[in-house]
Amino acid sequence: MTLKDIKVGHKARVLKVNGEGAVRRRIMDMGITKGVEIYVRKVAPLGDPMELFVRGYELSLRKADADMIEVTSL
Amino acid sequence: MKIKAALAGNPNCGKTTLFNVLTGSNQFVGNWPGVTVEKKEGRVRKNPDITVVDLPGIYSLSPYTLEEVVARNFLVDEKPDVILNIVDGTNLERNLYLTSQLTEMGIPVVVAINMMDIVRRNGDKIDIDMLSIHLGAKVVEISALKETGLDEAIEAVIRAAEKGRRIPQHNFSGEVEHALAHIEEALFHDLPDEEQRWYAVKLFERDKAVIEKLATDKSILAHIEKDITHVEEEFDDDSEAIIINERYNYVAKILSDCYSKKNKNGLTLSDRIDRVVTNRFLALPIFAAVIFLIYYISVSTVGTWVTDWMNDGVFGEGWQLFGRFIPGIPVAVGELLTKINCADWLQSLILDGIVGGVGAVLGFVPQIFVLFLFLAFLEGCGYMSRIAFVLDKLFRKFGLSGKSFIPILVGTGCGVPGIMASRTIESDRDRKMTIITTTFIPCSAKLPVIALIAGALFNEAAWVAPAAYFMGIAAIVVSGLILKKTKLFSGDASPFVMELPAYHMPPLKNVLRSMWERGWSFIKKAGTVILLSTVVLWFLQGFGFENGSFGMVEDLNKSVLATTGSLFAWIFKPLGFGNWQSTVATFTGLIAKENVVSTFGVLFGSAEVSEHGQEIWTALQAIFTPVSAFAFLSFNLLCAPCFAAMGAIRREMNNWKWTAFAIGYQCGFAYCIALIINQFGSFFSGGGSLLGFAAAALVLAGLLFMMLRPASRKEIKK
Repeated sequence: MTLKDIKVGHKARVLKVNGEGAVRRRIMDMGITKGVEIYVRKVAPLGDPMELFVRGYELSLRKADADMIEVTSL
Repeated sequence: MKIKAALAGNPNCGKTTLFNVLTGSNQFVGNWPGVTVEKKEGRVRKNPDITVVDLPGIYSLSPYTLEEVVARNFLVDEKPDVILNIVDGTNLERNLYLTSQLTEMGIPVVVAINMMDIVRRNGDKIDIDMLSIHLGAKVVEISALKETGLDEAIEAVIRAAEKGRRIPQHNFSGEVEHALAHIEEALFHDLPDEEQRWYAVKLFERDKAVIEKLATDKSILAHIEKDITHVEEEFDDDSEAIIINERYNYVAKILSDCYSKKNKNGLTLSDRIDRVVTNRFLALPIFAAVIFLIYYISVSTVGTWVTDWMNDGVFGEGWQLFGRFIPGIPVAVGELLTKINCADWLQSLILDGIVGGVGAVLGFVPQIFVLFLFLAFLEGCGYMSRIAFVLDKLFRKFGLSGKSFIPILVGTGCGVPGIMASRTIESDRDRKMTIITTTFIPCSAKLPVIALIAGALFNEAAWVAPAAYFMGIAAIVVSGLILKKTKLFSGDASPFVMELPAYHMPPLKNVLRSMWERGWSFIKKAGTVILLSTVVLWFLQGFGFENGSFGMVEDLNKSVLATTGSLFAWIFKPLGFGNWQSTVATFTGLIAKENVVSTFGVLFGSAEVSEHGQEIWTALQAIFTPVSAFAFLSFNLLCAPCFAAMGAIRREMNNWKWTAFAIGYQCGFAYCIALIINQFGSFFSGGGSLLGFAAAALVLAGLLFMMLRPASRKEIKK
């Protein structure tokens, strides 16, 4: 299961960040690392990107990138 | 003691506010060497011995984004005496992640926790002393906005600089430390102790930039590679992820000791605002309303009033001030020149060339200032990133990013700052595409041209102006679709990992300063590029060969400008305006678009033209049909922007090839569209030729093919 599959208003815990290079580094630099808890706050009006609550702040991420983040639903 | 301090911190942490408060007006703005990232430096007002260098706002010191590379190169190569790390107290976890990297460089760090007023109001507690011990750096509490704690921060900077460099204190877990020790031993034993750590961690992360810079021996690299793989197997993760994880764990551990949040689940005011503003149903209407309001105020009402006053009053006949009549600058200058018996040609140069040309441009300054005021506010309060969030999906379809909207919006005021605003787009590919397409949208200097054509040929029809904007938007969409499928732009889709900062009221000072800086760069452009080009233009249209000798000409048709114009007029024949006047107007439009109007004015022998050029409508009706006029308008709106904007393109692309491509594409595209409009238009209105119709149909088919063809292979693979 990836972060993309988590419904609005639900939480998930990160298992692994896939992908490579700049995008992956950026995602991890922003605090999406193994073990962190993410709350999916909302999805943009046009259906993409998502708004997440992670490590005490709001982060937006495209669904295509969220698909690289393996999670377990909480 | 002279101290050089680097100001480092996340975006949106109040860094700009702090920098402005600390340095006041003692600032020098420049660029970092070789890149377009802005560099600001300033002396501390209360202590001129301290120079503060404002690093770009960054989240990390990775090798991937321009800003981060600039920041870390500065820290590593220039070795400032102190890093003043500003940290958002309401967002400690992610902010301290950067701190954990900064404290690793061996440079003394002072951590200034900002927005303490909000932290206290929320009832949250930060144990400053404990934090200080954990981080191995002096921690002070400040509020840049309320200007509290600043003296203590400066005091701490001086103390830290006196104490000098120190060995970093944070430790990673045992296995990682083991590998780091090996790397330090193998490679860096001759570096000073306090510098070894940063390099070792970077090599452990396999940071390509650092490896290249050090030109490390291959056999040693292979040796340490063994250590790294060993740790990776142990952690079942790659070295980069291991380091990032460890840092965040380290920060989380510190925070559990030093920080307590009072209200864990309550919604803040910002959350509640955001619920409405980016709401699924309300987001788009609210967005449209905001944009309409900004545009209505800055362009349609307030901006126009002031601009009219500037054009017709200050740079026109004159204006009233408390009942007293004050003559306009041209009138006043003219009287003065006559009084001192100035030579005719010089008077003409000053009045028609310089005052007329530069004045026409400066007339737009108020409009641009009002627009920038709003944009600075939108950026400062946090709404800009919501715009990007709401629009990203739409722009994605055209190969642009949600952030591309901002340059395009700014571009409705003036293309130069619009192109400059593309800096906020991280992805190189999206940024280039945005730079190329931004100037398709009509800027305020194109409005007089639209008004002229609408008035002269379309009976002031109300649809012409909206049609021009619609064409601009369509040109962006079509170009996005075409360009994203070319080889140049295929490849990895760019990330869109963006913080949505909490809403807050931006300090008035910051908003005004940002407005002033951008507006000033526009004025400077008017004073340099445009001044120079108006002088050149004045010369070209005033001089020529008459009666066998070169000199000032009475008859404009004999000027160098007219001769050159007729030489190139054939190029525009297929577009329906192959006469030299339109050709010259198009050329002078490259200097500044509103020149198109004044050029027609001069060419048709009416020295003074009002903004909409009513005086020359009849003359225009003689050389244009409605169809060819619309083709002319389309070409001038879409082709290469003015010189100043081309200069901005060159600056932002930082590469001549890309600049040439951008300008070439714009002109080519404009030519195709104008050709289609003219040939189809004249064919269906009974004129035109079959050959022209066929050619236009071919061009249209070509454009459609480029737009609709499957993406280049590289992207399909993805």
